[in-house]
Amino acid sequence: MAAPKQKEPFVRIVKRDSISLGKSVAIRIAAILLSLAFCAVLIYSITHSNPVQVYRSMMDGAIGTGRRTWNTLRDTMILLVTALAITPAFKMRFWNIGAEGQILVGGIATAAVMRYCGNSMPTLLLFALMILVSLAAGLIWGLIPAIFKARWNTNETLFTLMMNYIAIQLTSFFSIAWEAKKGSGNIGTINQKTQAGWISTSFLPDIFGNFNYSINVFIVLTLTVLMFIYLQYTKHGYEIAVVGQSENTARYAGINVKKVILRTMALSGAICGFAGFLLVSGSSHTISTSTAGGRGFTAIIVSWLAKFNPFVMILISFFLVFMGNGATQIASEFQLNESASEVITGIILFFILGSEFFTNYRLIFGKHRKEANE
Amino acid sequence: MNLFKKFAVLATTAAMACGAAFAADAAEPIAKEDLKVGIIYIGDEQEGYTYAHMLGIDAMKEACGLSDDQVIAKYNIPEDESVYDAAVDLAEQGCQIIFGNSFGFEDYMIQAATEYPDVQFCHATGYQAASSELENMHNYFTSVYESRYVSGIVAGMKLAELYGEDTDSKIGYVGAYSYAEVISGYTAFYLGVKSICPNVTMEVKYTGSWADQALEKETAEALIADGCVLISQHADTTGAAAGCEANGVYDVGYNVSMLDAAPNHALTSASINWGPYYTYAVNCMINGETIDTDWCQGYSEGAVALTELGTACAEGTQEAVDAAWAAIADGSLHVFDTSTWTVNGETVTSTATDDLAETYYGTEYISPDGYFMESELASAPSFAFIIDGITELNQVY
Repeated sequence: MAAPKQKEPFVRIVKRDSISLGKSVAIRIAAILLSLAFCAVLIYSITHSNPVQVYRSMMDGAIGTGRRTWNTLRDTMILLVTALAITPAFKMRFWNIGAEGQILVGGIATAAVMRYCGNSMPTLLLFALMILVSLAAGLIWGLIPAIFKARWNTNETLFTLMMNYIAIQLTSFFSIAWEAKKGSGNIGTINQKTQAGWISTSFLPDIFGNFNYSINVFIVLTLTVLMFIYLQYTKHGYEIAVVGQSENTARYAGINVKKVILRTMALSGAICGFAGFLLVSGSSHTISTSTAGGRGFTAIIVSWLAKFNPFVMILISFFLVFMGNGATQIASEFQLNESASEVITGIILFFILGSEFFTNYRLIFGKHRKEANE
Repeated sequence: MNLFKKFAVLATTAAMACGAAFAADAAEPIAKEDLKVGIIYIGDEQEGYTYAHMLGIDAMKEACGLSDDQVIAKYNIPEDESVYDAAVDLAEQGCQIIFGNSFGFEDYMIQAATEYPDVQFCHATGYQAASSELENMHNYFTSVYESRYVSGIVAGMKLAELYGEDTDSKIGYVGAYSYAEVISGYTAFYLGVKSICPNVTMEVKYTGSWADQALEKETAEALIADGCVLISQHADTTGAAAGCEANGVYDVGYNVSMLDAAPNHALTSASINWGPYYTYAVNCMINGETIDTDWCQGYSEGAVALTELGTACAEGTQEAVDAAWAAIADGSLHVFDTSTWTVNGETVTSTATDDLAETYYGTEYISPDGYFMESELASAPSFAFIIDGITELNQVY
């Protein structure tokens, strides 16, 4: 009896050595199109709404009018600056889950300056002070877990996470200390009458209409370029990459690992604090426990999906915010609960993550086997 | 801040007094078919408080003859700058009148009202319309304490049936936050219970959230474990009722009937009917009349009610309820009659004292007839005494 013939595998998975830019872009576009088609089927089968109209309505909600576009840009910039902030830490494999708290303390510091100095300081000085204290507050919040990590090798994931809870409690404390109406626990809009300490574009020439967030956009895009240069072309950036790859290698190469950890977390925390400043001064004009709104966690997705490339982060932040803002519109137009948009976002993200597989590996079907072995 | 509040109250009183005079210089009438109405909700139909508002808007549409596409609603808007974004977006879509239903919306609606002086902004449960000095900013609320009081009578009847009118049993209350709106509500409820069973005491536990199904259930169960034999609530989900049903304890709800969540133990719910206000405000737009700066109405105008009585209610409950409603309507019963409650053993005779300045800003809320004038000076509730017989187990702001 002949030995049983070995069954040919239907498909073989082979790791790619490299992939052309065009191909990797094409794979991702295919993933997005497929996910949209999948969502369309889902939307139709569950709600019987016309999926094309639902997509159009989301588009309308996110960028349908000048103001909606600016709101989407504003939210994109906040998410982007948070993603930029955590990127150096994550690239160093320091799991900074504490962006949420670092944003909040930066926001509290900004709000304090607005409250106590808003009506007594010249505008330029006021903004300089607000930025300074927000950077300092975020920096301290980021540095504390870094010191413990560098000195005693504590677990930074737990440490930064717990710092979030302390920051949230601090925010609740100030919400009561500064509350607008006794017992409401709500600070209300700070300097509503004078608008002191609000980022305002009224002094700019009227090119974008009377209402815009061009200053927020300008600041954050500048930061994006700076972060790209910092990570890609400076000695600091290189050290971060080496420590991230292997601490032992870094030590062997004569890099002071402790110093790099402290310096990088100080930077990461400070930029988060700055995000707090942008939120309080540039859009919310108040501070509450929901001010950070989970952005500190969403930013991690942005940073990872972009593989730490600041320019790709712009696209991903925009996409996530676009979906969120579009959700409000489909809720009012189709009575679809906001969760519908979360489902769609989830499916699209799943497809994009899934497409990573195809950029790293290729599939070889049975009949091409010989070819693959060559 | 104290001065500011004092001013607010004075301005409101003045505005109410001269309401008739203001109505003279009214806005241009807007043809019914040209009217566009915007509304910003903190939740959606899943959440009782918002659902009650949605029913009110539906009633308004029917009463005023507006079509569905004349009303644009925004759901699940959190109490932050999203409110401002939503309000100005509605204004840009051509809404001439915009409603907002949650307390924390107020500052952002004022911000939008400043930018859009031709659009009318109406904010439920707020207190700043008069002091903002904006002609297009308005507050509205209802005398929900009346329905709370009557729901307390329903609870009291049940306790009397179970344990006798002399019972000194303890009841529990699941509150949202420790401030006037909630305090006013549970005090009214408790006074209703006490009007039947004078020796009952009440424990209040706050959740720190307007709507958290799991937490409200947990809080109700904690109160039950602590010995409370009946639970009521000022929070927006059916959590407390579900906790009651599971533990065999009777329940008085809020906003919506709890009979689905607790078919065997829900007695009734104190509810608000927002329809009269929405109909009133939209009719003002159509007729070119000025909308009240502070609007507050109660049972007599159909703005508050009880939901259907559950089968578990004691015998004679309907009669007791009808009698109470009649007494409230003819003015012979004041919910916050100072002869029915004390603070630290003493009857309160004035709120315009130095000791109470931090809470009442020197304003006199006690009427010459001896009752606390809840919602008569401004539409938002003001009663903030913790009266004897009520114990707060925690405080959450």
